[in-house]
Amino acid sequence: MKTENQKAWFFVLPVLLLVAFNALIPMMTVVNYSVQETFGNNVFFFEGLRWFEQLLNSERFHAALGRQFMFTGIILAIEIPLGIIIALSMPRQGFWVPVCLVLMALPMLIPWNVVGAMWNIFALPDIGLLGYLMNTTLGINYDMTQSPFAAWATIITMDVWHWTSLVVLLSYAGLVSIPDAYYQAAKIDGASPFKVFRYIQLPKMKQVLTIAILLRFMDSFNIYTEPFVLTGGGPGNSTTLLSIDLVKIALGQFDLGPAAAMSLIYFAITLLVSWLFYTLMTKDDAK
Amino acid sequence: MRKRSLIPIIYILFLMLPIYWLVAMSFKTTNEILSGFSLFPQTFTLANYEKIFTDPTWYWGYINSIIYVSLNTVISIAVALPAAYAFSRYRFLGDKTLFFWLLTNRMAPAAVFALPFFQLYSAVGLFDTHLAVALAHCLFNIPLAVWILEGFMSGVPKELDETAYVDGYSFPRFFVTIFLPSIKAGVGVAAFFCFMFSWVELLLAKTLTAVAAKPIAATMTKTASSAGYELGLLAAAGTLTIIPGAIVIYFVRNYIAKGFALGRV
Repeated sequence: MKTENQKAWFFVLPVLLLVAFNALIPMMTVVNYSVQETFGNNVFFFEGLRWFEQLLNSERFHAALGRQFMFTGIILAIEIPLGIIIALSMPRQGFWVPVCLVLMALPMLIPWNVVGAMWNIFALPDIGLLGYLMNTTLGINYDMTQSPFAAWATIITMDVWHWTSLVVLLSYAGLVSIPDAYYQAAKIDGASPFKVFRYIQLPKMKQVLTIAILLRFMDSFNIYTEPFVLTGGGPGNSTTLLSIDLVKIALGQFDLGPAAAMSLIYFAITLLVSWLFYTLMTKDDAK
Repeated sequence: MRKRSLIPIIYILFLMLPIYWLVAMSFKTTNEILSGFSLFPQTFTLANYEKIFTDPTWYWGYINSIIYVSLNTVISIAVALPAAYAFSRYRFLGDKTLFFWLLTNRMAPAAVFALPFFQLYSAVGLFDTHLAVALAHCLFNIPLAVWILEGFMSGVPKELDETAYVDGYSFPRFFVTIFLPSIKAGVGVAAFFCFMFSWVELLLAKTLTAVAAKPIAATMTKTASSAGYELGLLAAAGTLTIIPGAIVIYFVRNYIAKGFALGRV
C-alpha cells in the first residue's frame, strides 16, 4: 500500500520544472503562432481560427495525413507479428542469448540520419548492394528516385529493419518472465503449441506488447529524419509524411501560422489515438 | 529445435546486411565506389578514416555529440531518481495525472518543437551550447527514465525502506547506500535508453547548435550535400557513429531484456 504524502511533490519538482520548461513554453509559442499571420520582421496579425479551418479543408493536409496513417499502419502490421515470431523462436538461455540481443539492438543505436544515409547507399541502383541485387541479379527494375512503389517499399523495409528489434526485445522480456510451471502444466494437459501461445504466452506478453505498440505508434507517427534523408519525400510527394510536410511549411516556406496550426492538430491526433489505445488495452485490467 | 533457430539467424543476417555494406563502402576509394559494383573493397584504403581523425571539424563532431549525450544522461537520471521514488512509494495530489502528462511529452513530434526550441534557447542565451541540446533532449528522456525507474523501484519491497529507518538511517544515506544498489540494474537500463535516444536524435540537436556544439550528424549532412557526394567519407563517418552505441549495449546486455518487463504501462 502506498502512503499518502504531499511532500512527495518535492521529489517530483525538478522533473516537473525541467519538462515544463521544455514542453509548456514551446507549446505556448506554437499556440501563439497558430492564431496569427506574419510577413517577417516580427510583425504579427491576429487571424483567429483561420489557419485551422484552412488546414482541415486542405487537400495537401489530407493527403499527408493519409500517407502517414498508411505508413504507420503498414509498419505496425509487419513489425508486431514479426517481432513476436522472432521472440518466440529465440533461445531462452545460454551463450547465444546475449549475442542475439546485442546484434538485434544494434540498428536502434545508429543515429537516424545515418540510418537514412546507410539505406540510401544500400539501395543505390547500380552501386548499392540492394539496388544491384534487384536490378542486375533479379532483373527487377528498382529505382526509388523514379518509382513511388520502390520508394515506399524501401522506407517500410528500412523501418522494419530499424525497429522490429524493439518489439523483439519487449516480447522476449515478457516471455522469459513466464515461470516454467506454466509450461509443465500445459504439457500435462496435452496442450498444442498454438494453445500454449494463445492461452499462456500471449496473455503474459499483453503488457509489454501494449508498450511496444504504443511506442511504435508514437515514434512512427512522428518519424522525420530517416525518410527525409532516404527519399527527401519524393519522388514527387509520394513519401512526404506528415512531419516532412510540416517542416517544409514551417522552415521551407516560413509559414509559421499554418505550420503551428498543423503542429497542434498533429499532436492532438497522436494524443487521441494513444489515449484510445491505452484505455482499450488496460480496460480489462481495471476490472 | 534446429528449424526454430533459423528464424533469428535469418533476421540477424537481414540486420547485418546494410551495416556490412556501410562498413565495406568506408574502406573503398571514391573511384572504386563510383566505377561500379564490388562486393568487397578491391583496393583497401584507410584514407576515409584518416581524414576524419585529422580534420577537427570531423572529430569535434564526435566529441560534441558525446558531451551532450553524457550530460543529458546524467541530468535525466539525476532528476528522474527522486521523482520515480515518489511515484513508486507515495500517493499525492495529482500523481496519476502528472504521470500521464509526463508520458504525453514522448508523443510530441520533434518537428513541432524545432522552431520554438530555437527561439527559447536563443532567448535564454544557451544557443549553440552542449547544455542546450542536453536540456532539450530531457523532454523525451526524463519521462522514459521515470517510467523505467518507477517499474524497478516498485519491484523492491517497501519493508526495505522501513527496516532502514528503524535502524536509524537518514533518508539520503538510505537512498544512496541501500536503495540505489538494489536497483542498479534499473539505473543501467534507464541510462542505456537515455543514451540511446539522445545519441540517435538529430533534428533538435541540429536546430540548437551552429558551430561550437555541432553534433556529428550535422557535419555528415553538410558533407552529403556539399562536398560532391563523397560516399566513402560519409560511410566511414557513419561506421564510427555505430561504435559508441555498440560499446554501451555490450555493458547492459544482461539487463535489456528485463528492462521494460518490469516497467508498468
